[in-house]
Amino acid sequence: MTSSSLRVKGLTKRYGDFVALAPTSLDVAKGEFLTLLGPSGSGKTTLLSLIAGLAHPDEGQILVDDADVTHSPAYDRDIGVVFQNYALFPHMTVEDNIAFPLKMRKVADADARRRTAEALETVRLPHVAKRYPRELSGGQQQRIALARCIVYRPAIILMDEPLGALDKKLRDQMQLEIKRIHRELRTTIIYVTHDQEEAMTMSDRICLMNAGAIEQLGTPEDLYFRPQSVFVADFLGESNLLSATVRQVDAQGLDIVLADQTAPSRAVGNGASFTAGEPIKLMVRPQNLHVADAANGQLTGRLVDVMISGSMTRLYIAPEKADMPQLVAAYPTRSSAAPYEIGQRVSLGWNSADAVAIRDGRGH
Amino acid sequence: MAVAKAPAIEPGQLRATARFRARSQAWTWAAMGGPLVLLLVFFLVYPVGQLLLLSIYNDSGFTLAPYRQLFASSVYIDVLLITLKISLVTTLVCVVTGYPIAYLISVVGKERKATLLFWVLLSFWTSFLVRAFAWIVLLGRNGVINKLLLSLGIISSPASLLYNFGSVLVGMVNALLPLAVLTMLSVMENIDRNLPRAAATLGARPGMAFWKIYFPLSLPGVAAAGIMVFVTAIGFFIVPALLGGRRETMITQLIIDQVQQTLNWGFAGAISVLLLIVVLIVFAAYDRLLGLSTMTGAAAPRSAAPSRLAGPIQRIGDTVLTLLGVISDRILLALPSRRRDRDPDKAGLGLQTFVWTMLVIISAPTLLMIPLSFGTGGLNWPPQGFTLHWYETVLHSPVWTQAFLRSLLVGLGTGGLAMLIGTPAAFLLVRSNIPGKAAWLAFILSPIVVPRMIIAVGMFYVFASIGLVGSAFGLVLGHTVVAVPYVVMTMMAVLRNYDTRLDQAAQSLGARPFATLRHITFPILGAGMFSSFLFAFATSFDELTIALFATGGLNATLPKQFWDEVTLQVSPVIAAVSTCLFIFMGLLIFVAERLRRRAAAR
Repeated sequence: MTSSSLRVKGLTKRYGDFVALAPTSLDVAKGEFLTLLGPSGSGKTTLLSLIAGLAHPDEGQILVDDADVTHSPAYDRDIGVVFQNYALFPHMTVEDNIAFPLKMRKVADADARRRTAEALETVRLPHVAKRYPRELSGGQQQRIALARCIVYRPAIILMDEPLGALDKKLRDQMQLEIKRIHRELRTTIIYVTHDQEEAMTMSDRICLMNAGAIEQLGTPEDLYFRPQSVFVADFLGESNLLSATVRQVDAQGLDIVLADQTAPSRAVGNGASFTAGEPIKLMVRPQNLHVADAANGQLTGRLVDVMISGSMTRLYIAPEKADMPQLVAAYPTRSSAAPYEIGQRVSLGWNSADAVAIRDGRGH
Repeated sequence: MAVAKAPAIEPGQLRATARFRARSQAWTWAAMGGPLVLLLVFFLVYPVGQLLLLSIYNDSGFTLAPYRQLFASSVYIDVLLITLKISLVTTLVCVVTGYPIAYLISVVGKERKATLLFWVLLSFWTSFLVRAFAWIVLLGRNGVINKLLLSLGIISSPASLLYNFGSVLVGMVNALLPLAVLTMLSVMENIDRNLPRAAATLGARPGMAFWKIYFPLSLPGVAAAGIMVFVTAIGFFIVPALLGGRRETMITQLIIDQVQQTLNWGFAGAISVLLLIVVLIVFAAYDRLLGLSTMTGAAAPRSAAPSRLAGPIQRIGDTVLTLLGVISDRILLALPSRRRDRDPDKAGLGLQTFVWTMLVIISAPTLLMIPLSFGTGGLNWPPQGFTLHWYETVLHSPVWTQAFLRSLLVGLGTGGLAMLIGTPAAFLLVRSNIPGKAAWLAFILSPIVVPRMIIAVGMFYVFASIGLVGSAFGLVLGHTVVAVPYVVMTMMAVLRNYDTRLDQAAQSLGARPFATLRHITFPILGAGMFSSFLFAFATSFDELTIALFATGGLNATLPKQFWDEVTLQVSPVIAAVSTCLFIFMGLLIFVAERLRRRAAAR
């Protein structure tokens, strides 16, 4: 199977005064599954359109396997796109839809028929070949859109929120399906989503975008355990962010002091370099925040709410220091657990290995 | 057991309740749809039926004499053939030149779309009479075109550009192009912009993406535009009468002659039958090929074209489209290399030039007439001097002022009546589960399908027998018949877009039905209602065919007065009237468009 690497250099797109994409550079390895993640308006779809050739950059370069395709029209790029609303041709049967890219490439009829059937096998829908797109369910349309894209084996496949219109169950199923196809074909896939869970489960690497620029690029573990900014910590998974100041930096971690406190505690860095006296945010994930009755933790607070969301139970706690944000702790739901009472005074603690220091300031 | 003792509802009681419900529902339906049905039965079905009957019955009983006269010589068949030729060529030109215009409007950004649409709408709403008159001035011996050609030295003496096939065609295209554009636009706007883009990513060059993807999807619009233009063209008389010579006589002109000059009702009826048959054949063919439901544009375009075409035809069509795609792409490749960094979403320069040229052609005649209406040199180009004399003449002439007031009155009456009986019918068709919906809709839309001339002649006959000729009330009734289908269609579209959950929300918040209507339903539907009122008003204000027979002298409407004057002589007074009409209509669209946009912004 063919597969290509992609290199984007200083790519920029403006609409009038609005900067849809600030100069952006990105390398995607051959066969990689990279996700562009971010809130709506963060520039991820713009970046995707530019790569596909559906919009034209104001500056920058796009290289596929080191060949410059910045000015090639979409039909010459050999980049496949799965559109958000599938963009199946309503006046063609499923079969004709899938055969379309093969016809455009002047593939011989017999060969085209065979490959169309294969693609339908791959997405496990061989029986709908003669139907029209409108006769299919949303999930089936999604699979056909996928089949139409993989049938001509493009070197790179772009997917623009392909599962956005599906319900949760179907979405989970399709995530596995897409991962399976990716494993089988080893094609380079660039996947756009605003669903952080989807990004975490599917990607080799995640490119988190915000306000038209890359906020952080790395493996899901990188982004989850070592967020480089408050934005990343907040966007990916739940997090408790506490203001603190750096006391001292050593090889193993940092000595810090929480705001309004005097007792020092320990934290680990996120890879960035810190200096003593610098204000930071301390990130503790909810599942790492321990709640105890006794008042011997790092913080105390009052229980505001308890919520059981299936496998996890969440405790919402208002710290006794008035200017601190509400905190959330989570632990696996157990029927035997002692019941908590709203308003109850609790103490909060965490292991220093789970407390991550992040540079303060709003991203850039 | 307690349960067993509980009083059961008697089956008979249930049935009675159901019967009561069904009866009260039937009453509601009758109250909402009845007035419209009655109006159409009395002022459309009955008059047209009368006229058709007159062609086979006279005082002495059953007769086929009118038909023998019709086929006795080749004169009338020749007129029919000319009519068909003019209509077909007009349709072809309108669809082919209208397609790029509609396409551009559907792809450009909001601002430019509004501009383009304004010019199409302005032309659409400018009276047929004004546009035809403008071409008389433009193409005359001393008109702009002759003066231009003379000054360029292309000709040495003024050419006669008027009263031939060419001038009729120009006039017809000018009259019907806006209709073609608007009809195609309604379908094109619903085509997913992502589809051609998806085709591009799948490897289709622009030509291929257009012919294989976009064009087939736009085909229902093309077909709808084609039939709307053709049916309107075949019943047209203003343009051939004003811009054509003897050899461009169309069939409707024959009917006018029979009614106004020879009073030969039977023969007028026979010609009407001929015209009606042609129209019905065209509709039947259209229905066979594409299905009538595609006409309103409301039906999902995706289910339209391909399903009905048999396999072989579809395959041939597919091959032709592929070929067209290949050829277009070859041509595009052969063209001098285009800018490399062109945005794939921007429309080409060639397309824009073409569209603006067409828009200038359909708008210029009316605009060029404005300076002439202030000139002292008659209607000769270039305009000389400056005078308000022609406007004073109009203002001081009771014939014109009366005509204006009468048109205004009839227009308002028509708008009000059409809304009053059309809106409940639209509610019924959208909200209720009344049986035979499609048939009812077809019946309500029939005044658009039946050539206006036939309706007008039949109505004249019936009005004459009950003394409604010359009365404003009769005219309001007549105009309502032809305006009400538009009201129903617009209101149905408005209602379909209205989220009924808003009403439910209001009621859940404590609003009683009337309060809901006053605070929620009407404010939201208001703009749509007003624009359909305006549509009915404008239809009446520009209506000539019915007014041609049903009014005259001091009770003439503005179009009738205009027609009488312009067929008598071409004078600057007409230019002044035209200018006034043009500005009046321009203001009206401006207001309507404002309202529509305000509603859309909500």
